[in-house]
Amino acid sequence: MLIKKPDDIVPSEITDKKTYLNRRQFLQEAGLYAAAGAGSLLLPVSAQAAVTHNKNGLYKDIATGPYATNEKLTSYKDITSYNNFYEFGTQKQAPKFMAEKFVTKPWSITVEGECDKSGVYNLEDFLKPADLEERIYRLRCVEAWSMVIPWIGFPLHTMLKKFQPNSKAKYVLFETLHDPKQMPGQKRAVLDWPYVEGLRIDEAMHPLTIMAVGLYGEQLPNQNGAPLRLMAPWKYGFKNIKSIVKIHFTEKMPVSSWMKSASSEYGFYANVNPNVDHPRWSQARERRIGEDGFFSKKRKTLMFNGYGEQVASLYNGMDLSKNF
Amino acid sequence: MAQKTISLLKGIVFIVCLIPAVLLFYNAFTDNLGANPVEEITLETGTWALRFLVLTLVITPLRKISGWQLLIRFRRMLGLYVFFYACLHFLTFIWFDHFFELDEMIKDVVKRPFITMGFTAFVLLIPLAVTSTNKMIKRLGGKRWQQLHRLIYIVPVFVVVHYLWKVKADIQAPVIYGVIFAILIFYRVWYRYSTRLK
Repeated sequence: MLIKKPDDIVPSEITDKKTYLNRRQFLQEAGLYAAAGAGSLLLPVSAQAAVTHNKNGLYKDIATGPYATNEKLTSYKDITSYNNFYEFGTQKQAPKFMAEKFVTKPWSITVEGECDKSGVYNLEDFLKPADLEERIYRLRCVEAWSMVIPWIGFPLHTMLKKFQPNSKAKYVLFETLHDPKQMPGQKRAVLDWPYVEGLRIDEAMHPLTIMAVGLYGEQLPNQNGAPLRLMAPWKYGFKNIKSIVKIHFTEKMPVSSWMKSASSEYGFYANVNPNVDHPRWSQARERRIGEDGFFSKKRKTLMFNGYGEQVASLYNGMDLSKNF
Repeated sequence: MAQKTISLLKGIVFIVCLIPAVLLFYNAFTDNLGANPVEEITLETGTWALRFLVLTLVITPLRKISGWQLLIRFRRMLGLYVFFYACLHFLTFIWFDHFFELDEMIKDVVKRPFITMGFTAFVLLIPLAVTSTNKMIKRLGGKRWQQLHRLIYIVPVFVVVHYLWKVKADIQAPVIYGVIFAILIFYRVWYRYSTRLK
């Protein structure tokens, strides 16, 4: 027999989740506006730009940092509903739903290897508003599609320097959380879990490289790699490891999960390069999500995803068709 | 069963098989195909071609096991739906992926093994679709027609390899289809062998 409980709260009385989650901002803002009046006119130009991306987000007052592209932003909906995050399923639509209940608080990061300040750190220690900035970057997936995303984050070097890496720290290895109970995709051996990625130390210390903790002025959605994910915009998307729990300084070049899965297709560097095709498909062009649709041609992919001016010198003298 | 009932059943099956395409068109026009509609259409049309290929190859074993002779009347239609969805799949490739740029397309077909496989499967389907009419069966003669149409047994090989070489790491779906096709082909070999022994 089906026994249905009577509804004693009508749906219209329930505060929707978004408003609820933003209750502090609402109160703060109400106070701010009351006190400051036309105060927003005094904000620096870059900060005003950031504010326009999301007036109500957790990170609404974060200033836009350097390297911002002025291309059209990909919509919040597309960025958060089309994700490659195999820990939550291999279908692009899956992570949004499968990661809904993923717990990211509290979150700690284990730091180990060739550094003086190894240990377990609390993520909160790195989220001081003064250290955060908005970075509007292109993201190019190895599957030949791309987006423009306004990340919130901090330069990776500011974090890594706190751990005081020593002279043997030639590479940095990152690891995603391994928790098949929370990450159902890990119940199948699609990849060798946990997900591992790595950067050469100079790549990690490069000012373009950030740790992202938000996007569109909001806390990073779970499906986008909450609470903490890498973003090195001149590399293919898969390089930018999500939900990081471990940072390991090492002398040896790390072997990433995708290198283990198919070393002929995915190399350590994974720099965006229109001249070096994936063995199975061309990398010369890309489809910009939300723009290149049925009636427009795919756009040309740029060397280093358009960040050559900043990063090309890192690879001087290297054969990029071998070091792909 | 009366001819009238069969015609009615055929009409129903025809419409049901068309539903995935209609839904796809509708969702494309109402912007309901997610962030990457072209990819979604490519995946959907390819997957439906694959599903109809399974259904087409299921008819004969199912008829033999169930004794339900009526099933054979639907085989041609299902086979033509394989071709229909394969055409949509191919059209997506030449239109949305390459904007009818012939030289780029040819480069892709030659250089990308997974596209070579898919393209081969598509080409193999063409003579089968062309010779699917009663007139063509008569013109070719039953035996020659049947020989030609055995091509359908090698199409799954190209299709499964096409699918397998396309996915990045998750090979579950192509492997499942591969196993289904293997069973369907094995049944035919086994059936031939066992009836010959009698």
